Amino acid sequence: MIPLDFEDLTADEVSRHFGRRRALSRISFQTRKGSILGLLGPNGAGKSTMLAVLATLLRPSSGAVRYGTHTAAASGATLRSRIGILGHDLFLYPELTARENLAFFAGLYGAADPQKAADAALEHSGLADRADDPVASFSRGMRQRVALERALIHGPRLVLLDEPFTGLDDASTAALVARLQGLRESDAIVVLATHDLDLAEGLLDTALFLRDGRLAEAVARPDSLRSTYRTIMRRST
Amino acid sequence: MIRTAWLVLKKDLTVEVRSLEIAYTTLFFAISCVLFFAFALVKEGKAPEDGAAGILWIAIAFGGTLALGRTFERERQSETLRALLMAPAARPAIYVGKLLGIVALLVAAEIVLVPLVAFLFQAPLLSHPFWLSAVLLTGTIGFAAVGTLFSAMLVRARSRDVLLPVLLYPITVPVIIAGVRATAALLQPDVELALVRFWVALLIALDAVFVTLALWTFEPLMTD
Repeated sequence: MIPLDFEDLTADEVSRHFGRRRALSRISFQTRKGSILGLLGPNGAGKSTMLAVLATLLRPSSGAVRYGTHTAAASGATLRSRIGILGHDLFLYPELTARENLAFFAGLYGAADPQKAADAALEHSGLADRADDPVASFSRGMRQRVALERALIHGPRLVLLDEPFTGLDDASTAALVARLQGLRESDAIVVLATHDLDLAEGLLDTALFLRDGRLAEAVARPDSLRSTYRTIMRRST
Repeated sequence: MIRTAWLVLKKDLTVEVRSLEIAYTTLFFAISCVLFFAFALVKEGKAPEDGAAGILWIAIAFGGTLALGRTFERERQSETLRALLMAPAARPAIYVGKLLGIVALLVAAEIVLVPLVAFLFQAPLLSHPFWLSAVLLTGTIGFAAVGTLFSAMLVRARSRDVLLPVLLYPITVPVIIAGVRATAALLQPDVELALVRFWVALLIALDAVFVTLALWTFEPLMTD
């Protein structure tokens, strides 16, 4: 497979309909490598649908997503090798151990030595001592840590995270925030969908406020996210 | 593609060996079918002519439907299907891995079912082991090829458990008929191998058609 890379991500008038229901309506934005973009909004705002479109799991009903100069339609599998996604569901097999899960996904992403990649990911997650336990025996927070490593195991350029702070204790949350900052420093493009404005505070380079599938406002370098969120949501009702 | 298919197959078999969920339910259901028919049809130790062939394939089809229903349901429960579809591999490779897993499971079930049917129906099923293996393998591949595709297609449908057999059986009728006729031919006192070869050739042709169509349609079906 020919390596593919991109330095920016552009959504151009992206809409997505499910039957008559409009999940996304003409969303446009651009973000570059080395930045964290937040998708903020209430339930049903379209955050997860936007992530699925960016992940190439859903085709936009209209509009386009461009990964640098590439599109999902043209580059398909090669493009997916540069995307990592942590969904609301964790995408882990409960019957398999943490090591088996990570080695399986490392193999799928073409790692030369999946076991070695899995071991490195387990070190990152701080779960090396539970590596051979089935994921079914893990707490939600531990599963979340394994799932994050699964999403990052192939060193993706574009990292898509849907509510990544769910179930994490304070120490794990702090570790995740540090990890996200590390991803920014390593020139990844991070797109983070979250309800948790307090945790997103100070982390985002750009915040997109979504409501009912529409882009209510885009704010660069947002501060005091909670009051900005309240103001924007009040205005857009 | 081969590497991805192998990884998916290995993962499915590991999960199945740990849980034995599909194996137990498939086997239990298939054995129950065979027993019901044996009690109903075998009178004073005499089974109806060619009955064993039909019962064997009914048990495989019914048990196989259960297994097919579960194989993608398992991926849906933890949404791992999305992770598989996100992998930078040709999506048909996922189909191939899943198909091989189902075929392996059904072959394992057949290893139990064949002696059981042979015993209960007093049928000389094991007198031509090579040809019986060829018939069962080609028939199983054809049945599983269609079933794996439909199972993937229906994974998000609310009434998938009802829809799967409704869609699967009419399409796989030619495979089941060819399998039954080939197996029945093997049960005759003077086995006509030319006839068996004809049915096996037909099954191979059906396998080629079904697998090709499934590989062709899997990617667009799974993209949205």
